[in-house]
Amino acid sequence: MKMIVAIIRPEKVDDVVDALEAQNIPGVTITDVRGRGEQRGICLQYRAGQVQIHTLPKTKLEIVIPDKDVDTTIKTIREHARTGKKGDGRIFVLPVEAAAWVRTDDFIVG
Amino acid sequence: MDIDTGATAWVLISAALVLLMVPAVGLFYGGMVRKKNVIATMMLSLTALALGVIQWIIIGYSLAFGSDIGGLIGSLEFLGLNNVSIDGVSGEIPEMLFICFQMMFACLTLAILSSGVVGRIKMSAFLIFGAIWLTVVYAPLAHWAWGGGWAGQLGALDFAGGTVVHISSGFAALALAIVIGKRLGYGNQAMNPHNIPLTLIGGIFLILGWFGFNAGSALAADNLAASAFLVTAVACAAGALTWMALSWKGGKPSSLGFISGAIAGLVGITPAAGFVNVGGALAIGIITAVVCYAALTWRIKKQLDDSLDAWAIHGMGGFAGAILTGVFAVAAIGGASGLIEGNAMQFGIQILDACVAAAYAFGVTFALAWIINKVIGMRVSDDEEYVGLDIAQHGEVVN
Repeated sequence: MKMIVAIIRPEKVDDVVDALEAQNIPGVTITDVRGRGEQRGICLQYRAGQVQIHTLPKTKLEIVIPDKDVDTTIKTIREHARTGKKGDGRIFVLPVEAAAWVRTDDFIVG
Repeated sequence: MDIDTGATAWVLISAALVLLMVPAVGLFYGGMVRKKNVIATMMLSLTALALGVIQWIIIGYSLAFGSDIGGLIGSLEFLGLNNVSIDGVSGEIPEMLFICFQMMFACLTLAILSSGVVGRIKMSAFLIFGAIWLTVVYAPLAHWAWGGGWAGQLGALDFAGGTVVHISSGFAALALAIVIGKRLGYGNQAMNPHNIPLTLIGGIFLILGWFGFNAGSALAADNLAASAFLVTAVACAAGALTWMALSWKGGKPSSLGFISGAIAGLVGITPAAGFVNVGGALAIGIITAVVCYAALTWRIKKQLDDSLDAWAIHGMGGFAGAILTGVFAVAAIGGASGLIEGNAMQFGIQILDACVAAAYAFGVTFALAWIINKVIGMRVSDDEEYVGLDIAQHGEVVN
């Protein structure tokens, strides 16, 4: 099992979640976050000087999937979250050792 | 006529209630935008209040209520409130109170208009646009209806501002929204309201203020003011329940639909408040809500980004209300008969008045916005819009 952690633009969340569901990957945890990447936030240029905004609002998706679905998930997120501009985000893949259900006694070892 | 202390007390309270409507409309709109634009959206309304006060005392009042020039505009006799003294009387109330009461209407109209371009207008451009707009659009319309202009001379009925406030702000918002363009991502991204309770709180204060707006427009503490108060409540309730029913039919009875319907009903009864009875008010509330609901769905279908539906609710609601005043007016209330009492002439005058007001507000606003957009640009950069106007325009953020 793997956990996909995707940091994406907030306005792309609905598209990505719908596309993942269409691929039969319905489960996702969504968190509003703030952060920065290589460009260290964003610089707004005014007539009189500049304003540096150090962190920008993003949305974090956490998705736990079987190993075989990793490529599909990454491809789907890229396809639906990409604008081509700086700030489109990152996708991380983390190992998951096990998953346990709360409602039942199910326990899956990754 | 001597000053009546009861009338003065009531209109003082009414002026304060209408003043309250301006920040209330800011709360109402603030809840409907995305979180990154809430401060900027509320600031547009607060700025409209300050700008409206200054513009009104300098030139607005004189152009609206100065001596009539050709039925089109007032003279400059009250420029900078020249020739206005503390002893001046207007009907049963002090002239200065009349100036204050009318001033709040101007401020509110600009605040409603600002909703068409939330999330993308530069504050600097809004200030310049607002000052000129109040001078070339609002003041003439106020003069036409209430200051001795052609519409009043013709016998057009507008008790509290159906044409002056609602048609003008709604159609102007649409024109401004078309000139400035859609929000980035409009139509392919969710732009859901970030805080519906904030909108409801704003809506509640807006409704409260509306009683000063309509019943205060009697400019007296008398039976007409009481009647206007009652029909305002009836139309508001009818509009709210009608819109709720319409939204229920399509899914769930949303609170946003309920409050929008309440506002639609209030907009519809505004021109009619001193002319119709409770039966007329009930009909106006229901019909206006249906008209506004249909206008809103049409606007969405056409992908027009009049962001918070000033046109659908205020513009079309005011348009419907102005015409329905010509249908349901009864002589026993305000001395004027409408279509149901066999006065087709009044009905015709109301249609003409509404059409001219809508065309004038849309046309002049479009031209004014186009010129300002060419000269200084009205829209923030894409980066600023993406980050949100709270940070970009005000350097503040809602955590």
